[in-house]
Amino acid sequence: MNIQTINRLTPAETALVEAYTAQVGELPGDGAVIGTRDRLLDDLKKSGLPTRRVEAWHYTDLKSLLRNVPAAAPTVSVDAIAPLVGDAQLLSVLQGTASEFVAIDGVEIAPFAAALSDGSAAAGLVALDKDDAIGKINGSFVRDGYSINVPAGTSVDAPIEIQAVHGAGQVHTRFPVTFGAGSNATIIERHQSATGEAAFVSTISELVLEEGAEAVFIILQQQGADDTHLGQVRVKLGRNAKLKLFVVNVGGKLVRQELRIDVEGEGSELTLRGVNLLGQETHTDVTLVLGHNVPHTNSTETFRNVVFDRAKGVFQGMIRVAPDAQKTDAKMACNTLLLTDDGEFAVKPELEIFADDVICGHGATVADIDKNHLYYLESRGIPERKARAMLVNAFVAEIVEELEDEKLVEALEGVISAWLEKHA
Amino acid sequence: MLEIKNLHARIAEDGTEIIRGLNLTVKAGEVAAIMGPNGSGKSTLSYILSGRADYEVTEGDILYNGESILELDPAERASKGIFLAFQYPVEIPGVATMQFLKIAMNEQRKARGEDELTTPDFMRRVKEAAAKLKIDPAMLRRPLNVGFSGGEKKRAEILQMALLEPQLCILDETDSGLDIDALKIVADGVNALKTPDRAVIVITHYQRLLEYIVPDTVHVLYKGQVIRSGDKDLALELEANGYADIIGEAA
Repeated sequence: MNIQTINRLTPAETALVEAYTAQVGELPGDGAVIGTRDRLLDDLKKSGLPTRRVEAWHYTDLKSLLRNVPAAAPTVSVDAIAPLVGDAQLLSVLQGTASEFVAIDGVEIAPFAAALSDGSAAAGLVALDKDDAIGKINGSFVRDGYSINVPAGTSVDAPIEIQAVHGAGQVHTRFPVTFGAGSNATIIERHQSATGEAAFVSTISELVLEEGAEAVFIILQQQGADDTHLGQVRVKLGRNAKLKLFVVNVGGKLVRQELRIDVEGEGSELTLRGVNLLGQETHTDVTLVLGHNVPHTNSTETFRNVVFDRAKGVFQGMIRVAPDAQKTDAKMACNTLLLTDDGEFAVKPELEIFADDVICGHGATVADIDKNHLYYLESRGIPERKARAMLVNAFVAEIVEELEDEKLVEALEGVISAWLEKHA
Repeated sequence: MLEIKNLHARIAEDGTEIIRGLNLTVKAGEVAAIMGPNGSGKSTLSYILSGRADYEVTEGDILYNGESILELDPAERASKGIFLAFQYPVEIPGVATMQFLKIAMNEQRKARGEDELTTPDFMRRVKEAAAKLKIDPAMLRRPLNVGFSGGEKKRAEILQMALLEPQLCILDETDSGLDIDALKIVADGVNALKTPDRAVIVITHYQRLLEYIVPDTVHVLYKGQVIRSGDKDLALELEANGYADIIGEAA
């Protein structure tokens, strides 16, 4: 192998390289998969973790923010937790390894490790571009997850909960999900620390919605206070497909959630909603790259962020409208409640519009709680602390309520209230 | 019940003095009307009584049941029984009206050391009070004041007042924006609350509301002072002659 001149590795980069060397022999994969893993790691080694000089990582300098990476500890034992909603069908991934699961009627499910072992996963282990650090890391290290196929015409009544629970160590998971033509399902992807000990997590979900499929996909990130969470969702939306994608961040020390969405079928509709509750000394970055690639598609993107303590938040929202994607209708909004002087939230909306007959807009606000609202509630006998909590709750509840499913709304509002109770 | 003594107050932000030596006494069981031209300090007085932080009291005192309330925050004053029906109630998206009512009632009860209401008890009270004010239950399922018409907002304020059962009710231009039917409903709502141990302060520009909520005393506010007090005939005199004469006398 030719060794090119490379930058001196940071402790985190060194730890990743060492973790790879230590594990490569026992990570699942046939020759093709191992070859791909090697290439991706090599690529990562050469480029290093991205810094602020890389445009896509400008506000999240991963090289300096990621101080260290714990060693992989695949044998740490953790237990599954109660599902978010009572009737959910659980698919758990414990410490990065898919558990035995109960079959779900009408849905094809297989552990992702199987696709690695037989090599069918090799083609998907790619970095989306040269700066796709998450693609490189996850492609190198991915150990398991679930491949889910909701066959054409299938309606799955109860939600499916993919539940990734971990303790200390590293977790690298992948969840390819296909929603066949005309199918209908709700999936919750949940990431949770069981012990609060530091973990390094990378996870990629690949959602494909075929013609007329309707899906609700909720990502609930509840990592521990010392965890690094690098998440990526790759979405392809087919003709007349409808996706409601909700991303809720209520945890983690260093979080990057990338949403790489390609709207590829005419008549399709994307509803993207996000709630970020940020507290303590944490860094949370949501980066959206949305391509409206064909004519006659709609999307709305709304993010609500609440910043406490010394937390830092980032939202980068890029919408690209392809030259022939006429009649695109896209509306993006990012609203932040900044509740402390030491907190920060950076918003970078970008519209690249190459078609001429489109409606495309974005708006961003950063504000404190409305004093008039606070006074009104207090004047009715509600003490200030409680009144503030009500108003913060209201600010994000508006988004959650768009889910419509009462049980899901109630469950998520419960998660949000519990977080606010602890941090506000 | 309420004794305002030589009150001076200003806008905290820029120091503009609005209330300049105001004296006013309102007894339990009394309905007191406060009238006055625009900019005389009527609404400011109502905000100061409720404890709004945008105003600073620089001199004088406000005694409520014999104790100064200047150091109390708005929630504490509310729990002690002071209620202000706003001229312009704010819309608060995301806060459900019913949830708001329940929290407000229970927080006040907690502050007074009373048991919280059970849900059925709460629902019954709201249903009864809403029916009296001809409030459509659908309105109560909406976020607080959001999308309410001007008249609906005023009725919602009176509903809150009925449920919170305050001792001192302050109505800030509750008649503005109401048609005659709505005015009657609101006035009936206020009259139903009149008891010997409760006082009502009605701030208004017009005699019209006072035909339905008949005052025991009428006070004319001008440049932050009460320049004339009288009985309900004073309101009629103002209606007929305007404020010019009285202001002229005082000057």
